[in-house]
Amino acid sequence: MQLPSGGDTIQELTVEELRAKVGTGMEIEDAEEHLLLSMGPQHPSTHGVLRLLLELDGENVVNMAPDIGFLHTGVEKNMEAKTYTKALVMTDRLDYLSPMSNNLGYILAVEKLLGVEATPRAQAIRVILTELARVSSHLVWLGTHALDLAAMSVFLYCFREREYILDLFEMCSGQRMMVSYFRPGGLWRDIPEEFEPAVREFLNFMPARIADYEALTKRNPIWLARTKDIGVVDAATAVAWGMTGPSLRGSGVNWDIRKAQPYCGYEDYDFDVPVATEGDVYARYLCRMEEMKQSLRIIEQALNKLPKGPVNIDDRKIVPPPRAELGRSMEAVIHHFKLWTEGFSAPTGYVYQSVESPRGEFACYLRGDGGPKPARCHFRTPSYVHLASLPHMSKGRFVADVVSIIGSVDIVLGEIDR
Amino acid sequence: MTQDQLVVDKIKAAYPDAIEEVVDFRGERTLIVQPDKLKAICYILRNNTDCQYDFLSDIVGDDYLPEFPRFAVSYHLYSIPKNHRLRLRVWVEDPDEGPETVGPVWPIATWLEMEVYDLMGIRFQGNGSLRRLFLPEDWQGHPLRKDYPLGYEEVQFSFNWQEIDAKKPYAKD
Repeated sequence: MQLPSGGDTIQELTVEELRAKVGTGMEIEDAEEHLLLSMGPQHPSTHGVLRLLLELDGENVVNMAPDIGFLHTGVEKNMEAKTYTKALVMTDRLDYLSPMSNNLGYILAVEKLLGVEATPRAQAIRVILTELARVSSHLVWLGTHALDLAAMSVFLYCFREREYILDLFEMCSGQRMMVSYFRPGGLWRDIPEEFEPAVREFLNFMPARIADYEALTKRNPIWLARTKDIGVVDAATAVAWGMTGPSLRGSGVNWDIRKAQPYCGYEDYDFDVPVATEGDVYARYLCRMEEMKQSLRIIEQALNKLPKGPVNIDDRKIVPPPRAELGRSMEAVIHHFKLWTEGFSAPTGYVYQSVESPRGEFACYLRGDGGPKPARCHFRTPSYVHLASLPHMSKGRFVADVVSIIGSVDIVLGEIDR
Repeated sequence: MTQDQLVVDKIKAAYPDAIEEVVDFRGERTLIVQPDKLKAICYILRNNTDCQYDFLSDIVGDDYLPEFPRFAVSYHLYSIPKNHRLRLRVWVEDPDEGPETVGPVWPIATWLEMEVYDLMGIRFQGNGSLRRLFLPEDWQGHPLRKDYPLGYEEVQFSFNWQEIDAKKPYAKD
């Protein structure tokens, strides 16, 4: 094979090639006067290594093509080479702002494939931690979104509170970000004693902090000017383009997977799903702010009725035995050895499990072939799907509005490129 | 009548032999359908007032090497009004002549099919924007196929491209 054409030079795209890439076939007058601008991959407002090819008419965006793949690490391929338990660590690295939600989506898929269900205590702890992850993810979103729109101070406040949540994660899993805390059949281990008072402390101060963020942004004239009536998506378009989560609910579609198809006992918690109808950047902002408050409600309810009991199911073919048993029981040693060398086998078949991640519908398609490794593992990541609707929201807007639109759909490049 | 059964009846009323198999596993309903009827079935599922599958969650390509047909494509549909999930599945014998695109039914399908094409190499007929998405434009092969090696490969740069290329299995033919 020959050296690929242009292998050592950087190819430049013409307007025609760009239009072919975007695939809209729009007829535009005096297209030769348009400017092609490459925004990213190293651009602070693209929230990672996203490259946007913009076709500009003066300051207005005529067309846009997202160029992705700079962070592609072959997660799905790698998972096929690991056992079900070991593949878990890959999921933390997808959406690195809310690893708990990814863990949960994958673990629920594995448990569905195996046909087991976690204990009530494990489910309640999972709910507490995923809701904490939702708050921490929304804090990063608000901070960086505000930073993009030139509100520096919000960012600093948000990261102060996020730090507290990361400390909570460290307390129970030993890790601040790449937690891998949920395991097939339960949890890595039970939460420590100091966890509950620490979360209660968080529930105490957090509502006032959210009020602070709202005081900084909600009626701020600059904020309103940068978010109102920008990136408008109506309900039908949002559904057709596969938008989910707060981005969909900002357009007036009341669909939350926690309510529609509950998992982990979400049906037992009393919470509201915030919906706004305007479909613009501001509506999505309102939804996310309200979602943080609802998450606090869920966490409080889950803490109040946290059931006692084991956190792991009583199936030694899936969950490794506790360390103390290894010294006494030969059977425990065998189980321990088998689980950590070979892993457990899942039946033949395929399942699809969705969870409501902070960004929208995070789903895991998992196919087992009777062996200890997944035959195929695919992730439906909300950020990847949201990227497709970006050109629609941006067309005809200013370049500065593109920044605000990207911030409003809250993309994470780790889960786009996988 | 359950939604699962209703969907099967609706499809059978329009295309009596389009459904090859109905699979129920872990509470999930999968309809394995004929590839040439796929698009027509999708139209029925989206437009029929009893179905209303207005939301396409995901398209997944699957490789069953060494079986034949080797590839399968799953379409995960969801109906927001009916709160019901359904999976359509087609077998693909020749990846170069994959199933017809469902982009006209759900606009997001065009984007999802691009990922399947890039990583699994299934060419959806009628999708004009299939291109390399995650991988460089000059990349050889489709990594999610089972016959694609996982790692242990030397990274090719422009200065040692020929040297490493000569050692690769496909280069010798």
